[in-house]
Amino acid sequence: MADDITMQVARYRPDKDREPGWQEYVVPVREEWTVLDGLNHVKNEVDPTLAYRWSCRMGICGSCGMNVNGEPRLTCATFLSDYAPGPVRVEPLAHFPVIRDLVVDLDDFMQKLPRVSPWIIRDEEQPVEDGEYLQTPEELDAYKQFSMCINCMLCYAACPVYGLEPDFIGPAAIALAERYDLDSRDQGARQRLDVLIEHEGVYGCTFVGECTRVCPKHVDPAAAIQRYKLKAAQESVKMFLLPRALRR
Amino acid sequence: MSTQATHGATQQDPRYHPAVPVFWWTRKASYLVFVLRELSSIFVAWLVLFLLLFVRAVGRSEAAYEEFLDWAASPWLVTLNVIALAFVVLHTVTWFSLTPQAMAPRVRGRRVPPAAIIGAQYAGLAVVSAIVVWVVLG
Repeated sequence: MADDITMQVARYRPDKDREPGWQEYVVPVREEWTVLDGLNHVKNEVDPTLAYRWSCRMGICGSCGMNVNGEPRLTCATFLSDYAPGPVRVEPLAHFPVIRDLVVDLDDFMQKLPRVSPWIIRDEEQPVEDGEYLQTPEELDAYKQFSMCINCMLCYAACPVYGLEPDFIGPAAIALAERYDLDSRDQGARQRLDVLIEHEGVYGCTFVGECTRVCPKHVDPAAAIQRYKLKAAQESVKMFLLPRALRR
Repeated sequence: MSTQATHGATQQDPRYHPAVPVFWWTRKASYLVFVLRELSSIFVAWLVLFLLLFVRAVGRSEAAYEEFLDWAASPWLVTLNVIALAFVVLHTVTWFSLTPQAMAPRVRGRRVPPAAIIGAQYAGLAVVSAIVVWVVLG
């Protein structure tokens, strides 16, 4: 294995640049080094002005998502040695406005997420003295996969629909809506459907399926969206066929 | 940078806004397959129309039926139908393999494995095809 690898890193300094450019850094390739380790090496030893987000280094926090050779990846879970002899291209996550270098602006997602009410909604709260809401292992299993989302935004960077139609509410938000819909303690499905049945909701999705392919936590947002479409379609048929009194 | 700016940074908004290039679908094999899958709908619609024209010709007269057969044997139509067949196969294979994502049926509390759902669709296709072959050749 070669001792070094060239990292081509996208740089954007809003005070100086009108658009991003490339800067090359040569970093050592160590067997256990990830792309994030390479960036940390640059930041600590070569160029302290490089800006990027990271936190946990273990695929939990979802901060270090970047496009590596054009693919959205968690840089803490992507080994430099897999790209040897290089060069390896590191860009900010696609489809988001770039604030600086590899740091993107996630405000759009932050605005969209609460619209699907990603929390447990009850018609009536059970009194505290009645104890906790119990669930069977099967009930937990029903939504667990969708609860693994870490909001890393790789699915948004992979989704061409989101790139072309930024109003699309997007894969992670819909997967999280499904996570709460499938929770036996939740009664908010109707409320979420009212949001997701809109044009920029589930019907924006054309089932490219890339969100699922890039998801580092195997959430399968594409599945959540298609099941939501099915639910929305059933609801529309019900609205059309059933008398008003029987609709809920 | 591989993307181009719709509008670069301004004093009001110092962020850089990347734009999706027109040929975004050529950048990844999976994007290309997606676009071809979407395009396949046109060929599915064409084959439906072709079938309807065939049924109409049969319903009209024997001469109309013969005329339809001659038309259908013309080289350009054979070429078109071979291309259409390829797209319909793509349409079928891709949608069959996507079905388990859209439907997650449970039997006795257990999720039906994706392979069983895909397999059932091919089995259904085989049964329908066998009936068609039996009707046509029988």
